[in-house]
Amino acid sequence: MGSLDSKIPSGPLAEKWTKHKNDIDLVNPANKRNIDILVVGTGLAGGAAAATLAELGYNVKTFCYQDSPRRAHSIAAQGGINASKNYQGDGDSDYRLFYDTVKGGDYRSREANVYRLAEVSGNIIDQCVAQGVPFAREYGGLLDNRSFGGVLVSRTFYAKGQTGQQLLLGAYAAMNRQINRGKIKSYNRHEMLDIVLIDGKARGIIARNLVTGEIERHSGHAVVLATGGYGNVFFLSTNAMGSNVTAAWRAHRRGAYFANPCYTQIHPTCIPVSGDHQSKLTLMSESLRNDGRIWVPKRLEDAQSIREGKLAPTELSEDERDYFLERRYPAFGNLVPRDVASRAAKERCDAGFGVNKTGEAVYLDFAAAIQRYGKEKALTSGLKNPDNTTIKQLGEEVIESKYGNLFQMYEKIVDQNPYKTPMMIYPAVHYTMGGLWVDYNLQTTIEGCYAAGEVNFSDHGANRLGASALMQGLADGYFVLPYTIGDYLSDDIRTGPIPTDGPEFEATEKEVLDRIDKLMQSNGTHSVDYYHKKLGKIMWNKCGMSRNAEDLKSAISEIAALRKDFWENVKIPGEAGQFNQELEKAGRVADFLELGELFAKDALHRNESCGGHFREEYQTKEGEALRDDENFKYVAAWEFKGAPSEAIMHKEDLVFENIKLKTRSYK
Amino acid sequence: MNLTLKIWRQDNPETKGKMVVYPMSNVEGDMSFLEMLDVLNEDLINKGEEPVAFDHDCREGICGTCSLMINGEPHGPDRLITTCQLHMRKFNDGDTIVIEPFRATAFPIIKDLVVDRTAFERIQQAGGYISVNTSGNTVDANAIPIEKEKADEAMDAATCIGCGACVAACKNASAMLFTSAKVSQFALLPQGRVEATDRVLNMVRQMDLEGFGNCTNTGACEVECPKGISLENIARMNREYMSAIVKG
Repeated sequence: MGSLDSKIPSGPLAEKWTKHKNDIDLVNPANKRNIDILVVGTGLAGGAAAATLAELGYNVKTFCYQDSPRRAHSIAAQGGINASKNYQGDGDSDYRLFYDTVKGGDYRSREANVYRLAEVSGNIIDQCVAQGVPFAREYGGLLDNRSFGGVLVSRTFYAKGQTGQQLLLGAYAAMNRQINRGKIKSYNRHEMLDIVLIDGKARGIIARNLVTGEIERHSGHAVVLATGGYGNVFFLSTNAMGSNVTAAWRAHRRGAYFANPCYTQIHPTCIPVSGDHQSKLTLMSESLRNDGRIWVPKRLEDAQSIREGKLAPTELSEDERDYFLERRYPAFGNLVPRDVASRAAKERCDAGFGVNKTGEAVYLDFAAAIQRYGKEKALTSGLKNPDNTTIKQLGEEVIESKYGNLFQMYEKIVDQNPYKTPMMIYPAVHYTMGGLWVDYNLQTTIEGCYAAGEVNFSDHGANRLGASALMQGLADGYFVLPYTIGDYLSDDIRTGPIPTDGPEFEATEKEVLDRIDKLMQSNGTHSVDYYHKKLGKIMWNKCGMSRNAEDLKSAISEIAALRKDFWENVKIPGEAGQFNQELEKAGRVADFLELGELFAKDALHRNESCGGHFREEYQTKEGEALRDDENFKYVAAWEFKGAPSEAIMHKEDLVFENIKLKTRSYK
Repeated sequence: MNLTLKIWRQDNPETKGKMVVYPMSNVEGDMSFLEMLDVLNEDLINKGEEPVAFDHDCREGICGTCSLMINGEPHGPDRLITTCQLHMRKFNDGDTIVIEPFRATAFPIIKDLVVDRTAFERIQQAGGYISVNTSGNTVDANAIPIEKEKADEAMDAATCIGCGACVAACKNASAMLFTSAKVSQFALLPQGRVEATDRVLNMVRQMDLEGFGNCTNTGACEVECPKGISLENIARMNREYMSAIVKG
């Protein structure tokens, strides 16, 4: 097992980033005009990076499979974005944001990266406001904040329940400005199918034009992957239907190490599965836990009656309800981190207290908040003795102004009115903390290949805190990568344009074409979705919210068998040289079928419970996660060796100089 | 429930398309409209036929990728939702459902129900931004207080998902609601005022170049908009445009 050089700058934590920026090489503005950068993925990380790189003077090409960069899945983030502005004066600071993130990640992230993230977080808000992002404001005209799970301050900025959308539109607008100037060429409905290496350096990509089916070669002096997470390996997740691991996995196969693939975030507040036809799951923002209280009935027979439709939740008195998060974690209550909340809900449902037909749902109840807000609103409106109906009505209005779009979304999907009866929620796959291994400069183990945003592994350890994904995407894209990449590109000022007719492009393109041919020729019996759903079931049942060695071993062999079956029996109608959505899906599922196995292998080797990775063998008597810092305080970075089963692990030992490792407690 | 689907099939932009009838059985009310189409496609693939191509991605009503004219209405019969949020409980056993692509000269068909909406991209590239570098060297976010009402109004305009339903709903295939939502978001904020004149002129010019029709104030766009973007935005854009012309 080798070791990895994370290239963390020396010096005190708070000075590392400034010092590093002063030390790294720069490319002069005239030379930037001679350097081409390919950015794959146009969500917050990719869009922000593309805009900033183009502003700095580089020639940028962006690629996205969507028909517009602004449709990348960052758009679906609801709740908010963290920043250590301390506008609320509640004692927040860069250090506190850093501390919360490292602790929230269960001490499995890199201190220096997380501190940098906290350090630039405030600037993100300044930047976004300057761009015209319409954040929520207070009546005095200043920015409003709310709180999210796992922290004791209010540091989350938001734009209704559509924060991701607004931030992405901001980054997209910045991109548009550069497209208009000719500094970005945007290739939409294009999917990267491989990365081209010349002399070991990333020098281009092979992409498929999804409209015409043509295979294209694109060259650049560096390749930035900002292609998001791999939650869709579970088939059902809150990711977009098209979200995939292909770009990252193709880079992995060519030499980029894949770090901690087993760290998956299962988000506690999603709309429960309704049937076999289900194609995706819908998240209900974590911000709802500010005001919603999570409960199940105290008595098994009540849960039974509710499942049978004989009892309504509103008929149960306070004494008959078990607010299990408030009971187990009095200090944080309903605002414990996501992994903790998810496991607690699963525990109750496994014990038979689930409240929907499938027994896999708990309540998220706003009745108390409606009363509280209603009374407050009545007071400020000058109503002396409001009756209960008025209080309720006023309270519902306040709730609507805060979460209106989420409530509407819930009602459309479930066909129940969440103002009148509690929401039903259940955990679902939402985010992947694992990803391509990167050093402090966000460079992968392939020279010249960078990874930004969810696709890299760096900042969230084994569990991400709410409202931190948007922060990381924009930090990487606007403020980190555009500068660190200059250090690498400063050696390339004399290289000149990279030709696309060399043997490396030729060979990689041939591999891509051969793979497509193989997929098209396998005129088998089952659709791509058939295999994707089967893979998802294996992942959810054996590599999901809780895992054990036996299940993981059987997952590994089942996935390998399924992969073999896929390549022999998948059926893709149509032609490769045309718009073909089944072919698009097939390529993605083929890669998920390899990633899934590595995922299980990683989960099997990690004999501890930490963050989103809960191993049943490693828990306390009370059912809390049991971390093993002595043996597992490292990043597991896997090197591809021909097949997932052959992957070799490299360790990056995590050094904690500024935070004392503790058992994570939210009690 | 059992349904009859009539779906527009067209191989590519060059070939002629036609309506094809597909009977559907065992449709459940809890299915979303797109999940119902997934089931149809699974059947078609199993029979060795080509599945129906349609655009979709987030399936939670925010990315703006899904489209479809369902019984003549963009995003179907329900209000304030996208097609991916439409559920089959809105239909009845025995219904015939006509499914077509969004129709507009500026949105050419790619295949079946998939259309090319890049005209919207070019409108935004023409000026849908504030010219500020992303260096982070700006003033503190709280240095510019903004009246809550104005900020909320800007937010309401900014919720536009750029799906194109407004164009599809309009008898003139006008893109005024879309363009005005983008113009309004910036026009309402102090940060956006600096370039307001050029922005509205450039965006409207591009909108006209793309071949979208004119607005005749029927208001169909507002009714069909999944995000409830208000007609007031069109009025605001017209005001902005008039004052820009006078200035310019």
